[in-house]
Amino acid sequence: MGYPSRWASYRGLALLAAATATPVVAEYGINLAPPATGIAQQIYDLHTLVLWICFGIFLVVFVPMFYAIWQHRKSRGYAAHPFHEHPLLEIAWTAAPAVILVAMAIPTTKVVLAMKDTGASDISIKVTGRQWKWEYEYLGQDLKFISNSATPQAQIDNQAAKGEHYLLEVDRPLVVPTGQKVRLVFTAEDVIHSWWVPALGVKQDAVPGFIRDAWFKVDKPGTYRGQCAELCGVGHAFMPIVVEAVPPAQYAAWIADQKTQLAAAQSSAQKEFALADLVAQGEKVYAANCAACHQANGAGIPGTFPALAGSPLVTGPPAAHLALVFNGKSGTAMQAFGKQLSDLEIAAVVTYERNSWSNKIGDAVQPSEVSALRSGK
Amino acid sequence: MEDVLHAPHHEAHPSGLMRWVTTTNHKDIGTLYLWFSLAMFMFAGSLAMLIRAELFQPGLQVVNPAVFNQLTAMHGLIMIFGAIMPAFVGFANWQVPLMIGAPDMAFPRLNNWSFWLLPVAATLMLSSFFVPGGAMAAGWTMYPPLFMQGGISYDMTILAIHILGLSSIMGAINIIVTILNLRAPGMTLMKMPLFVWTWLITAYLLVAVMPVLASVITMLLTDRHFGTHFFDAGGGGDPVMFQHIFWFFGHPEVYIMILPAFGIISTIIPTFARKKLFGYTSMVWAVGSIALLSFIVWAHHMFTTGMPVTGQLFFMYSTMLIAIPTGVKVFNWVATLWRGSLTFETPMLFAIAVVCLFTIGGFSGVVLALVPVDIQLQDTYYVVAHFHYVLFSGAAMSIMGGIYYWLPKWTGHMYDETLGKWHFWLTAIAFNVTFFPMHFLGLAGMPRRIPDYALQFADFNLIASLGAFVLGVAQLLFMYTVIKCIRGGRTAGDKPWDGADTLEWTLPSPPPYHSFNTPPRVD
Repeated sequence: MGYPSRWASYRGLALLAAATATPVVAEYGINLAPPATGIAQQIYDLHTLVLWICFGIFLVVFVPMFYAIWQHRKSRGYAAHPFHEHPLLEIAWTAAPAVILVAMAIPTTKVVLAMKDTGASDISIKVTGRQWKWEYEYLGQDLKFISNSATPQAQIDNQAAKGEHYLLEVDRPLVVPTGQKVRLVFTAEDVIHSWWVPALGVKQDAVPGFIRDAWFKVDKPGTYRGQCAELCGVGHAFMPIVVEAVPPAQYAAWIADQKTQLAAAQSSAQKEFALADLVAQGEKVYAANCAACHQANGAGIPGTFPALAGSPLVTGPPAAHLALVFNGKSGTAMQAFGKQLSDLEIAAVVTYERNSWSNKIGDAVQPSEVSALRSGK
Repeated sequence: MEDVLHAPHHEAHPSGLMRWVTTTNHKDIGTLYLWFSLAMFMFAGSLAMLIRAELFQPGLQVVNPAVFNQLTAMHGLIMIFGAIMPAFVGFANWQVPLMIGAPDMAFPRLNNWSFWLLPVAATLMLSSFFVPGGAMAAGWTMYPPLFMQGGISYDMTILAIHILGLSSIMGAINIIVTILNLRAPGMTLMKMPLFVWTWLITAYLLVAVMPVLASVITMLLTDRHFGTHFFDAGGGGDPVMFQHIFWFFGHPEVYIMILPAFGIISTIIPTFARKKLFGYTSMVWAVGSIALLSFIVWAHHMFTTGMPVTGQLFFMYSTMLIAIPTGVKVFNWVATLWRGSLTFETPMLFAIAVVCLFTIGGFSGVVLALVPVDIQLQDTYYVVAHFHYVLFSGAAMSIMGGIYYWLPKWTGHMYDETLGKWHFWLTAIAFNVTFFPMHFLGLAGMPRRIPDYALQFADFNLIASLGAFVLGVAQLLFMYTVIKCIRGGRTAGDKPWDGADTLEWTLPSPPPYHSFNTPPRVD
């Protein structure tokens, strides 16, 4: 029972489909995603098996029922037969389902045991869920980055044509080597999220304060997409996951390249930046991290998320503004961005907020100030 | 003594507004419950229409994500606590005393209170849409820590649920005491109509689990305001503990919403098959087994939280077991139809549709019971499809069938059969157009509770939304048909259904304000 591709990519209901004016024809499925791992394949086969069993039972129930509905009608002059008990029959249709369930439970148990076996992994990656982005930390590699949705707000707001991977694209995908057992370790910073990539057969809740794990092993290089699967607030729909599986050599090169880039970014953060540069960079950081709550126009969502345009905090002294962005506000969706963004990014976004919309403060917050805050000076 | 018990005021039929406010009459209170339920059903249904309008096509067009989350959370909460549960309590109020030959509920004054708590709670819950920040938006399951981020409406929701829970517990105690103490002479437990049996067991479930819900939301409240850290890992608490306690309530709760439906179906099918219910005894045992099993399967809602493998296997096996008694019920219904003398009035159409569609919901339940498959489907539209097949085509459509079945008794008029059939076919077809494609959406990977989705989900969402709009409009026809029947129509007579054999059909239609002043004898 392999994956039948024609079946899954079936485009039916042509009339209704033609009525959808989506610019890009996206292939849609009516079955589980094409499996990319052994576990996903086993899940796929298990589902197919259960579906056929259900179909069999469906016939057993519905054929006699519709026969009775068709044949045993009063309008056809059928008189009711007054039987209302049959112990043997009743025992039979208690016992038969029990046997079928045991038959289903045995193969299922094997898959459950395999899924839970996270030992003997080749690499471990710590995944932290945050409102509304994923942080990936390659354990033992000194490499950590944040993966944000890359779908432009204009597409979400219907002001631009939607791209092929609308809502399923990120700025920095999780890169993993093929043919190796990848163990993922999950936690979350604020609320419960759930990391789900259907083709890999992994869905695992990321719970604040707790560590959970799961594993996968991809054999074929490729890009696998998924989304957060646990309601996590207003940005829940905009928290995609992209996994790129590459051959081990390419993976090693990628790790080395990432480390070089990280070092370059850290050294540039010690420079002084012009106001315009900070604002330009800050706009991007804002769109990725702040716009979901405070809106692209800085107006916030009244009653839920405060406006930044004209806010006393944003237009007041820079130190208080910076401190709030850095430390967050506990008990709200406002996170401690000091743990997530680089000094340069925080400086840029604070500068952007102080110089956008109706806010025209004109001051620039430099990365060195953030660095000072970070080191507790 | 006789004179005191049968004083003239018993025959008086009060009228005016105060009749409804102060009434202790089980029929009046049943009516109040049913109207309340209909109002909430239409309101929560309108929220669903807004949800489907937003999901009609990709992109954000009707509401923003914050409002969308409020819509999904409140749609769920109001449908469960405002529409489905009160509707069944309305049936219990009307039918339990009539079916067991009792003059009224055991505690009529308590009954009045049980009802009037509902509008209070509903006012609190609905007004939360208008406070700063809008209504509660953390899903009907209210998982912390997300729930901790909300504003005052979250506290209002907790208090509203407290009041609703109080009402449910009071109503359940009343039903238990009524059934156990006020049965007509000769009506042993195993002679009770199956609807009464299902409600007896449901009432015990309510008494068992509503306090659990009350406790867990009180813990949420103290976490929010009084510095406790039950569910805050930062203070030593556990966010997953909330889910365990919530679903210890929540899983029996789904049976609270389906067992009375089984009772209604088991009443309607024999009537229109003109045969006794097949396997009465095994039906009673099946209901009891489902109720008991419902207490040991709660964590199947939590397979992705990362529980140990032994936990996953235990909850998977126990969940699969539920298929056995449920299967027995379905087979017994089919056997009741078998070699009957069937007619297809509107209640029967609804009953047959419930059996068919609920069975599909049962199949998807078995699929979801399997841990590895559930890992792929948890929190997707497959789950949305599954629980709507159980709760709309199982619970709500059995309520509709029950309304058509008993309206002639309650009002003395026949409903308009043509309109009833129109309502049935529109509802049944639109229901499937709305929810069947959601199985495909879930399998293909669309998470639930999202206001916007990837392009590959566009076509099925469009179909589902079109179905939902028809489904919504069809319920206006339902309201019209019910009101038309109340206002007049062909006289029903004492027993409009020739296959009906329970006690209420021995009374005139509508039954006198005070019925069974002298208990009937049951042999």
